[in-house]
Amino acid sequence: MKYSNFMEVTFKALSVNEGFARVCVASFCVQLNPSVDEITDIKTAVSEAVTNCVVHAYPSSVKGDVILRCELEDDLVTITVTDKGVGIKDVEKAREPFYTSKPSEERSGMGFTVMESFMDDVRVASNSFGTSVKMTKKISQACEQVVG
Amino acid sequence: MQIKSRVHGGVLYVLLCGELDEHSATYTRITLDEIFDKPDFNKIVIDLSELSFMDSTGIGVLIGRYKRMKDKSISIYIANPSAHAEKIFKMTGLYDIMPKIV
Ligand SMILES: Nc1ncnc2c1ncn2[C@@H]1O[C@H](COP(=O)(O)OP(=O)(O)O)[C@@H](O)[C@H]1O
Ligand SMILES: [Mg+2]
Repeated sequence: MKYSNFMEVTFKALSVNEGFARVCVASFCVQLNPSVDEITDIKTAVSEAVTNCVVHAYPSSVKGDVILRCELEDDLVTITVTDKGVGIKDVEKAREPFYTSKPSEERSGMGFTVMESFMDDVRVASNSFGTSVKMTKKISQACEQVVG
Repeated sequence: MQIKSRVHGGVLYVLLCGELDEHSATYTRITLDEIFDKPDFNKIVIDLSELSFMDSTGIGVLIGRYKRMKDKSISIYIANPSAHAEKIFKMTGLYDIMPKIV
């Protein structure tokens, strides 16, 4: 391993922070020289994971924290989005396309499916103390100076 | 999110400008429903050329509008999606209910 870097931010689970989270990760990843498509894929996956913390993790009006971590190891981007909310009882079911626990709110139930198709790998760990979504993506033409 | 609309030849053209995510979803829903409730058109075209970002929340918003207009027998079409939006539309089968027009 030649290159290694990370950043971590914590913010309140409010929808106004979704745009912030996307831009934050995108600007951090720029050092790997990703393509516009790769950046858009990453922004979309981050948006899905953060939106889930905003919409599902904290059902009471008291909103908790979202911890957004982005690690770079050579040409590999790893993004972890963690909340300390209610958790997901059946992760396998939650990941099914079109499954949503809030159909009355016009949710599509496609959040996890979008994350899976825009990233190389998506892992979900959840219990009654919260949820953590870990996603990885390889940057195809990662910056020469960075990766060597 | 900024929404512009005009009616031309019985067609309502709606231009979505900005980012469609959970944060802008409520405003987008309310504004589109207000525009869609006017009775002076029989077809809707949603132009996405100025949409700079969309995630699966956008799919929920679009399907919701489709369901409302279906009751009035008014069809909705999508114009000028980005390659990225297109990927999400194909993944979710949105074009089956809101075809793309060129
Ligand atoms: N961070 C989270 N905390 C609690 N529940 C979650 C979380 N993320 C996802 N879920 C559950 O998984 C389901 C599927 O998520 P997703 O695919 O993004 O669809 P949607 O958000 O449209 O419901 C949600 O409806 C919710 O029940
Ligand atoms: Mg979701």
